[in-house]
Amino acid sequence: MRIALPLLPSVLYLLALFVYPFCYGVVASLQPRGTVGFSLGNYLAFFLDPWQARTLWVTASIAVPNTLLTVLLAVVVAYPMRRGIRFERTITTLLVLPIALGTVLVAEGINGFYGPKGWLNQLLLAAGIADPTRLTHNYTGVMIALFVQHFPFCFLMLLGYISGIDPALEQSARVLGARPWQVFRRVMWPLIAPGVAIAAALVFVMNFGVFPSAVLVGQPAGETRTVAIAAYQAAFERYDMPMASAIAVVMGGCQLAGLAVILFFRQRMSATGVATVGAGKR
Amino acid sequence: MRGRLWRLAVSLFVLGFLVNLVGIVGHVAVSSVAKRWFATPFPVAVTGEWYAYSWHEFQLDQVLAVTLIVAGVVTAAALVLGFPAAYLLARRQFPGKGAVLLLFFLPLLIPQMTYGIPLATTLYRYRIGGTITGVIVANLVPMLPLAVFILLPFLEQISVSLEWAARVHGASRFQVFRRVVLPLAGPGLLTAGLLVMVNTVANFELTFLLSGAGSQTLVVALYYAVFAAGMRPIYAVDAMAVIYMTMVLAVLLVALRYIRPTQMVFRLDRRG
Repeated sequence: MRIALPLLPSVLYLLALFVYPFCYGVVASLQPRGTVGFSLGNYLAFFLDPWQARTLWVTASIAVPNTLLTVLLAVVVAYPMRRGIRFERTITTLLVLPIALGTVLVAEGINGFYGPKGWLNQLLLAAGIADPTRLTHNYTGVMIALFVQHFPFCFLMLLGYISGIDPALEQSARVLGARPWQVFRRVMWPLIAPGVAIAAALVFVMNFGVFPSAVLVGQPAGETRTVAIAAYQAAFERYDMPMASAIAVVMGGCQLAGLAVILFFRQRMSATGVATVGAGKR
Repeated sequence: MRGRLWRLAVSLFVLGFLVNLVGIVGHVAVSSVAKRWFATPFPVAVTGEWYAYSWHEFQLDQVLAVTLIVAGVVTAAALVLGFPAAYLLARRQFPGKGAVLLLFFLPLLIPQMTYGIPLATTLYRYRIGGTITGVIVANLVPMLPLAVFILLPFLEQISVSLEWAARVHGASRFQVFRRVVLPLAGPGLLTAGLLVMVNTVANFELTFLLSGAGSQTLVVALYYAVFAAGMRPIYAVDAMAVIYMTMVLAVLLVALRYIRPTQMVFRLDRRG
């Protein structure tokens, strides 16, 4: 097995520090603290405690609408830009900023900009809106934070994908008399859809694991107490590692379930076979 | 007509989004130089004192040192471990290749909070948790695959015939690697190195779970400062945020000389 040698270090590394801890976590989650032997005690405790089980609903009510909104707007914006636009480089460079700067900085910026003393609120007050709604430290704040992070991410992914589709396909359809909407619906969408599904899956999974935004711009003790916060508190506030592992497993299970649903739709869409010709040039 | 209206709406949305983005970043920057700032468009008096204050209060010399060590070691290790793996994946077909690609893909797909908690549990059990080593070891889990996936397309572009030609002319395996493959892989290594570095500096979750006192990177220190808002003046927290931002942007600007912004995210059309 000489050929495997260059792969060995990195594969071993990931087996030791990714696969092993994960398996260890699953086993640990089945051994509740202070008991002997295996049981589902941690999982039962999680689902039977409304304060804990509610986090799943809270997280889903953030992750699902946010994913739909993000992906929908990303498609709507990326599609007209597929043949290039003015200032494209400037726009895409600006959009990379929130991705590169990370959640913590964006959260601090949102607390300032959308906060009670921030520029937006000042503008609304100046416009005569006497009592603007609060936009930070609540559900809305988390939605804004996730959107600011994930819209550029999703948009750049889709822009790369859509502009890689062979323009000849679209031109042929136009020449044959298709209207712009028909070109989108009959030619482009079937080609775009698989990429959109993957983008949606990535955004959903990230949304479901939301932690720093939920703490810093949300209300971590109440309406934005997400699963990740519950897992963190079990691990580092109560030092109940088996329970924390159980919550992490539940969180991972939900993410996988979301992934499965999205990939199922992807399968079905490509199975209709409207147009599966030409992967296009890159 | 309807098409033009539609395009106008899209342009306005993008413009609005960018204005908000500039506002979010700009608010932090302006706040960091404000003496006091309360319900006016701009602060009445400007000062630079918060930078000195936050440098001292948040012990940023020590935090910056940790950040540089972590980013440097993770980048170097990701390239050294990732390059041979990416080279093999680019060149050979072998049984189990799909499984290997999946193993590399999972740490990038699964959010860090999900696998970070079992990983942190394991590392704390071996007493590496809470140390700089722990932070480095944990960050390498997503950064190694990231380096591999960035290097892969660059290595695929290097023609095999160049290597064969060198071999025919009597170069040893090592010489081929040293004289042919490595120079041609230069741009790929540079791109991968810069992107891994930006991502490590900005990587929050794993660093947060693994760092203790004395092993916090800048972004984790910033999180604690924002979390404990009210303990210290907000202007000082924002000064720290600007220092962090400068650091990330410095690497990012260099990186953007070599790559397009669309390369900063997952590439949908090729998954290995």
